[in-house]
Amino acid sequence: MLALHTHAKVAGRFPAYPLKILDLTEALATTLARTRVAAKLPSGYSVDLGALAMLGFAGVVAETAPGSEPPLPVLHSAGDPAVVDTGDVIQIRSGGSQVRVLFRRRSSSNSLFVTERCNSLCLMCSQPPRETDDNWRIDELKDIVDLIDPTVSTIGITGGEPTLLGHRLAELLSHMHHSLPNTQIHVLTNGRLFADRALVELFEGLQGYVTWGIPVYADVPAVHDYVVQAHGAFFETLEGIYNLAGSRHAIEIRYVLHKQTMARIRQFAEFVSRNMPFSSHVAFMGLEPMGFAKMNRALLWVDPVEYVQDLRFAVNWLDRAGVPTSIFNLPLCILQHDLWRFARKSISDWKRMYLPACERCEVRNQCGGFFRSSGSNWQSLAISPVTTCDRGNS
Amino acid sequence: MGADAEPRARRNEFLPPTAFSDARRYVLLPFRFRHLKSESDYTLVTSETGEFTCVPRDLLVPLVAGQLAPDSPYRLDLEAKSIITSDAGLAITVRRLASQYRARKSFIFEGPSLVLFVVTLRCDHSCHYCQVSRRSEFAPDFDMSEVDALAAVDRLFEMPAKNITVEFQGGEPLLAFERVRQIVLEISRRQASSAKRITFSMATTLHHATPEILEFLKQYDFSVSTSLDGPPEIHDRHRPTPKRDSHARTMAAIDRARLALGACSVSALTTITREALKHPEAIVDSYVAAGFNSIFLRPLSPFGFATRTEGKIGYPMKDFLAFYARALAYMLELNAKDTSISEAYAAILLTHIFTSQSSGYVDLRSPQGAGSGTLVFNYDGGVYPSDEARMLAETGNASLRLGNVHTPFDELMAAPALRLLLEAGIAEIQPGCSDCAYLPYCGADPVATIARTGAPIGHTLSSAHCQRHMGLFDLLFDYLIAGEARTVETLRSWVPSHR
Repeated sequence: MLALHTHAKVAGRFPAYPLKILDLTEALATTLARTRVAAKLPSGYSVDLGALAMLGFAGVVAETAPGSEPPLPVLHSAGDPAVVDTGDVIQIRSGGSQVRVLFRRRSSSNSLFVTERCNSLCLMCSQPPRETDDNWRIDELKDIVDLIDPTVSTIGITGGEPTLLGHRLAELLSHMHHSLPNTQIHVLTNGRLFADRALVELFEGLQGYVTWGIPVYADVPAVHDYVVQAHGAFFETLEGIYNLAGSRHAIEIRYVLHKQTMARIRQFAEFVSRNMPFSSHVAFMGLEPMGFAKMNRALLWVDPVEYVQDLRFAVNWLDRAGVPTSIFNLPLCILQHDLWRFARKSISDWKRMYLPACERCEVRNQCGGFFRSSGSNWQSLAISPVTTCDRGNS
Repeated sequence: MGADAEPRARRNEFLPPTAFSDARRYVLLPFRFRHLKSESDYTLVTSETGEFTCVPRDLLVPLVAGQLAPDSPYRLDLEAKSIITSDAGLAITVRRLASQYRARKSFIFEGPSLVLFVVTLRCDHSCHYCQVSRRSEFAPDFDMSEVDALAAVDRLFEMPAKNITVEFQGGEPLLAFERVRQIVLEISRRQASSAKRITFSMATTLHHATPEILEFLKQYDFSVSTSLDGPPEIHDRHRPTPKRDSHARTMAAIDRARLALGACSVSALTTITREALKHPEAIVDSYVAAGFNSIFLRPLSPFGFATRTEGKIGYPMKDFLAFYARALAYMLELNAKDTSISEAYAAILLTHIFTSQSSGYVDLRSPQGAGSGTLVFNYDGGVYPSDEARMLAETGNASLRLGNVHTPFDELMAAPALRLLLEAGIAEIQPGCSDCAYLPYCGADPVATIARTGAPIGHTLSSAHCQRHMGLFDLLFDYLIAGEARTVETLRSWVPSHR
């Protein structure tokens, strides 16, 4: 449940670009330019900062303030010292004291935010779009990518709508392909712009490296277009999916579960199995109460117990059709036991929480828990700790 | 829309659902329909690729006339199942249909993937309905020769399919086990240096399966299919052996085979004779009691000996369908009481109904599967497009013979007989099939038409093939549309998992 920000004190002046945090051993051995590295000092260890400055490091991270005027910038006395950990990539706001964590080595849910712009306006968007020129992000992200451990297994690309960046997105992905060849990249996109085959061609050569996670919210245009608040979006997204699949790109289908989508969950499963049997994964996702979702609660909120039978049908249908299927963002206690094998701990570690009721639960460690943003009016009445006798009954 | 979404976002302004429901004109896509006889009085509509839904019978004409009300609750399903769309959706809907069509017909690109080796015609049974014109156990000259067997394996490795099932049958193939062994060993030897994945199966009474034979079958991961016609009084009546003990020997052999190969590798099928028609429940019960969770209820074949003895043991198709309906109802009843038993042929039809994938079942395809999906290597070295075509030759009409095992594969595929079958074997252009609601799930059977009428295209509706399948599809769709949710769930669960 670590935050991605903390406040800390700064002695000296750090560069504005992203920095890699490494402990001394790793810092001395790394092939990264030392100007991109801040060395993290072990607690209570006395190190000659002058020597580190001569070696060319960008700065150091220490627990406590340096004695006098340090020979290189020192970040210290962080509000939560655990937030800045070795292996992470951080950025220190120029002149300020706020530290942003851009990549966390120990997290399995790192993602790069590429744009705030979007061509849809989903009722439940957790990251409401903003029309702004943020093309600068790509250059910064390429800098960050250089500092990411090549051993990391997956990185997400998210927005906004990444494909609005066009060739600049392709540029970022190619850069990643070169710099992180063993990593799997997951791009979250509404796929609409891929209705133009020319856009698909920009990503030639990235097949197998990138998975395109594309939301489809219904088997019919009226429902999907309403949810994404865009006329013609359903047809564009389907065209995009076929264009991508036709070029052998891997596609994940995402379906967010709420009051506007629940009526056609079963039909949706059949639709996907017939029309997109090539999907590499289908994810049924509980709602994240953020952004527009909070604003549109009256339109969206339904207790998952009301759709869980339909969900079970859909998941089993796709599973039997050979399409790998998962359930995201729903706690185990509201799913029938036979659905547990499809449930993933999908809520990012820094967004996840458990409830007081979870204290007594025996499967808490297997469970993905809840979004920290979900207040009591976003919680199912069916939430209850799972105990051995419950499981015996199911 | 992207352009005005942004200002709306700034104003936190969302449009209502009605702004997105295109309630105006709709466009019809090709579909077929059938009025079902169920009490609910629905009309089944099926898309070109077999997506289906139903509308009340009195809505069919308004649907076709473009007069379905904008708020009709049937519009969404009709649109989801590619029956109707909007002008804007026409292109992508056709693309979806094309994608499904390609998946459903993907078998076309495979070439033959089921290869039958008739290693001998000899058999110790003298079943009244025998399909394969068997010879007595000790008759000479009815086994496949070693040279022909090796040539047949050559043909096998000339086939383009990556996954091939090799099925041994007879006669009783275990009476020629040495030939089976030779073929399996030769295939295994050559498989090592090829990309092919070959699986073995055998149709056998199992009576002659010694421990050594079972060990061999286990080593090569055989699945075996045997004949079990129900309780002893039915089984022994039509499957006579010299000692009249076929049922007892079959049951004992099934147990031995299960022990050796695993229960999942042993299946059985039931040939339904006129006598059996009276006892659907008893036959199903006998399968449950024998530990099977699947039963294949097969009507008499109009081939082989069965044609000649039809007067004695045959029956009209409607009698079979009545029997089948009773058997299926009984099985569904058992399932509702947590006894898991499915009917294997219904499972095939349901797979065709519920999925858009090619099922792999070669006998229910369009274009037809004889020769293009399956090949038969006969004991005498003759190559036939299907078992039925071979039986037709046994009864004097060798017109469907493609060549012999020494004919290169490409030449076999270019044989005039196969060309004839392929030209005739497209259900989409057959009179009687082309406008049938069940067309997407069914197949063409020109071999049977030739056997029946001498010509590859005949009067479809009077054929046993058509009568049988119309009856089975009617029965299944009645359940799917008017049946209880639990029954539908059971039938869906019969569709094999692709996991």
